[in-house]
Amino acid sequence: MEELKQYGSKPTRFGFGDGLVILGERHSNVVVLGGDITGSVMTSLFKEKFPERFFSIGIAEQNATTIAVGLALSGKIPFFASYGAFCALRNADQLRISVCYNEANVKIGGGHSGISVGPDGATHQVLEEVAFLRTLPHMTLIVPCDYEEAKKATIAIGEMIGPAYIRFGRSPVPLFTTPEHPFEIGKAQVIRQGNHVALIACGSMVWEAMIAAEKLAEKGIQARVINCPSIKPFDFETITVAARECGAIVTAEEHQVHAGLGGAVAEAVVKNHPVPMEFVGVKDSFGGSGEPEELMIKFGLTWREIYASALIAIQRKDGGSLTATRAIKEVAEYKG
Amino acid sequence: MNVEFEQISFENKRKSSKELSVIAREIRRDIIKMLVTAGSGHSGGPLGSSDIFTTLYFNGNMSFDKHNPLYEHRDRFVLSAGHMCPVLYATLANAGMFPKAELATLRKYNTRLQGHPGRDMGLPGIETSSGSLGQGFSIAVGMAMSDKLLDKTEKKVYSLTGDGELQEGSIWEAAMSASHFKLDNFCWIIDNNDCQIDGRIKDVMDVYPIDEKCRAFGFDTVVCDGHNFEELQAAFDVFLNNQKNKTGRPTAIIAKTFMGHGVSFMEDSYKWHGMPPNETQAIQALEEL
Repeated sequence: MEELKQYGSKPTRFGFGDGLVILGERHSNVVVLGGDITGSVMTSLFKEKFPERFFSIGIAEQNATTIAVGLALSGKIPFFASYGAFCALRNADQLRISVCYNEANVKIGGGHSGISVGPDGATHQVLEEVAFLRTLPHMTLIVPCDYEEAKKATIAIGEMIGPAYIRFGRSPVPLFTTPEHPFEIGKAQVIRQGNHVALIACGSMVWEAMIAAEKLAEKGIQARVINCPSIKPFDFETITVAARECGAIVTAEEHQVHAGLGGAVAEAVVKNHPVPMEFVGVKDSFGGSGEPEELMIKFGLTWREIYASALIAIQRKDGGSLTATRAIKEVAEYKG
Repeated sequence: MNVEFEQISFENKRKSSKELSVIAREIRRDIIKMLVTAGSGHSGGPLGSSDIFTTLYFNGNMSFDKHNPLYEHRDRFVLSAGHMCPVLYATLANAGMFPKAELATLRKYNTRLQGHPGRDMGLPGIETSSGSLGQGFSIAVGMAMSDKLLDKTEKKVYSLTGDGELQEGSIWEAAMSASHFKLDNFCWIIDNNDCQIDGRIKDVMDVYPIDEKCRAFGFDTVVCDGHNFEELQAAFDVFLNNQKNKTGRPTAIIAKTFMGHGVSFMEDSYKWHGMPPNETQAIQALEEL
């Protein structure tokens, strides 16, 4: 396995924007709908390059979603991108009936996802949409971990047939996968080997899980780290194998702990090989204003929570170790 | 009640009002038979809009091929008011898109004639699923954008909404787009029967004046008697001319209709919005038609 190292930082939305341009070059029927925030969700790049295939729909996400369906039912591959709060939830009914029930070849780019949006505050920090989207029949849902993966995932959903959603973020996140690193819809990747506990993460939390694994290694604990960008379809096999071989699981996501990646993993584990599980994510609350780093600490979305949760999960598996209690205390002190 | 659907199909070319009324009567009879067989479904809107559907599908306004429903150069119709599907199913069957006997399967297990149109069932002539009000209309705008702006074809897109449906905000988002993109290939038909499930439009939520709203949203707007074939055709001619002359203006046809038209005890009564006739009522309705 290649050893992954951070080699910079870049927002995942840049990967979406660059991926769209590549799709535009490859496929003349790829069209993009704008919802007035094209500069911030990076569809502006496509607009500059292919103005005749870009349509500004204005601030009307329900209409943009259903117009996309009309285009898809006419043989086009429409992408509509906005902030996830508006293009996954405000248009939820359109996604359910017009996109998914129709099996329309519509692609949605959901930007400004998670708490790391920062200063814009709770209204714009969508933390619930993974739960909704993964229950939609026919929907494909991808949460890429960095710029490169976002670019690959954008191209991949453009080149598959059927409804798809890609979730990306506003702020720079560590860049650690390479253009050669594999990406496949429906597959999770083991990006670090280990058998004591499995850390399963998506999006911005994947690199945090890698840091947590390094810290655990200092204590002699070998964590398996799994990058799980494909929330739907879901890689039951990789997750079940991890449950069987590691015996304890921690999930981490920049989303409510309910019904997101953690929910998907729990469903797989409970059905196939029940093991102790801990969930890192936003715990049933809304976000707020602040710098992304401040918010990630406040809402418990750093390597420290993953690290502490791993120790708790191992303690539950083994039935006794004082390190877990000590780790929880450390996290509490760190957060003040 | 034992109902039979007579296997006939009508041609799609210009006709006299008398010839059109024969087709409309057949569609209305089919609707009654379908609903009494199904035991549930919407009577009022389908009966009230049968004359509109007759003019649209049987008077040369739409190009379609009953032998090849997915024919590339076909015009498309989207029923945004999905609950009115019995009239669309009856129309398509009478146009020869599928055997009329299949009308007896409305709302039954595994039917292609779903309670609201489902594209997944593959019924010829169903361009999209619809039923969540407002959405089909917006999908139709997307289709018209594709035809005119991307494929640069002469294909036409028609979409029918109810009048209560105009209470959905997304309708106006889509209407705004139709004129913004200068979709003269797009025709919006509003079945203005002034009724919705809970009562009269103005009592539930007043959307009037509809014509002024349509004009304000950039539509070339025609108000007509939705039970008068000559007026209906004149309205469609306004649309055909808009497209032919590339005026850049979408057309709105506000067809004034009566819910349940043709059946005395259903006429203009919102109680018949979502109800099927029972056997006695169906027999009486068929006698009247």
